[in-house]
Amino acid sequence: MTEHTITLRVNGLEESRTVPSNQTLLSFLRDTLDLTGAKEGCGEGECGSCIVLVDDKPVNSCLMLAVEADGCSVTTIEGIGDASRLHPLQSAFLAHTAVQCGFCTPGMILAGLALLRENPSPTEAEIRSALSGNLCRCTGYRQIIDAVLAAAAAMRGEAARAPEEKTG
Amino acid sequence: MLLSRFEYAAARTVEEAVSRWGESPGAAYLAGGTDLLTQMRIGKRAPRLLIDIKRIDDLSAIRERTNGDLSIGAAVPLAAIAEHPIVRERYPLLAECCTRVGARPLRSRATMIGNICNASPAADTAVALLALDAEAAACGPSGSRAIRIADFFTGPGETSLLPGELVTEVVLPLAASGWRGAYFRLSRRRGMDLATVGVLVARSNGEDPGRHRVALASVAPTPLRVPEAEACLDRNGAAAAPRAAEIAREACRPITDLRGTAAYRREMVGVLVRRGAAALDRRTK
Repeated sequence: MTEHTITLRVNGLEESRTVPSNQTLLSFLRDTLDLTGAKEGCGEGECGSCIVLVDDKPVNSCLMLAVEADGCSVTTIEGIGDASRLHPLQSAFLAHTAVQCGFCTPGMILAGLALLRENPSPTEAEIRSALSGNLCRCTGYRQIIDAVLAAAAAMRGEAARAPEEKTG
Repeated sequence: MLLSRFEYAAARTVEEAVSRWGESPGAAYLAGGTDLLTQMRIGKRAPRLLIDIKRIDDLSAIRERTNGDLSIGAAVPLAAIAEHPIVRERYPLLAECCTRVGARPLRSRATMIGNICNASPAADTAVALLALDAEAAACGPSGSRAIRIADFFTGPGETSLLPGELVTEVVLPLAASGWRGAYFRLSRRRGMDLATVGVLVARSNGEDPGRHRVALASVAPTPLRVPEAEACLDRNGAAAAPRAAEIAREACRPITDLRGTAAYRREMVGVLVRRGAAALDRRTK
């Protein structure tokens, strides 16, 4: 089987590797680069747990070949923040208890990030639409939508509303 | 997880893509891959070679021709079509249908031309292309030709493409830029799911004003136009909606599957044609 040498940027770092034709981008990120934030849920583009940004666009990395990412810039959850310096979306997911088992969370956050970069002030309906390709089996989505709304406000420089204030 | 084994080649020109196919029958053209890779994963298709067409510059653009027609290349993803200013201004029904496919991440990769080549009876973009009198350009081992979208679909997953033919672009005529209307789409959930029933009803405000289009998805072996229902609305406008709805109900050939029963689909075709005609009426008041 043919192998291909690809060069791409992953979270800002240039990587040059040889990949088999049939390796998905998701497998390349997880198994070759050890970036295990993106998850394989369905493997068919239905669940969104494998979403990463490719050239700033959200994509299902289970439905893209690694060789197709040659020359691209890829951002995974590992590239947007870490435990000592959380991204506003990550902080908001924690503050709103939008994380339970966590399997869907990287995909949710990257789909949310792609939305907020295009549209810094989304309505709730726009958030629901942007996340319609992400499944969560735990939260019931309410907390996730609230977290994206709060992160949008924080990223616009507005004071974040604490989740408690929303009740009643 | 790795997919089953295949070779991969990125073509730089249409000629190169077609000639690679000729050297390796059983190859498949790869655009967005969102249908193809899924079908390969479940073993429904097993091409030995994938010929990637996304590195072909000519296929990656939306271009206005000198006569005003709009050409959409085979490698342009749905998200880029839906966001394109000329598409939004002249062909808002197509922009609408493009945003009804899958969810945003899928639309970053999935292409409109892939959507029609996959030839699902539920293809959302097909109903808009049927209503807009679009034409596909195909290039294959025995040359190039144009195929009217009306002649493109021949059955579930089947098209009039010949072996090795690559659809390079779809052309929207300038004359179709006046079509306005609505696409009503029922599905079990709003995102991701395929349409259980899709009904597009449109009227021309531009060339040939007052003409109608009725196009249906998910209720026949192929996406379908219903010219008799259109003629009925042409003659009598919204007052003819009940009759047009009856004609559309009779024209559809739905099946029962996990998304809905044939009887439900037929009933909803009637309801949505009436709703579509009423929406046109509100628009002009």
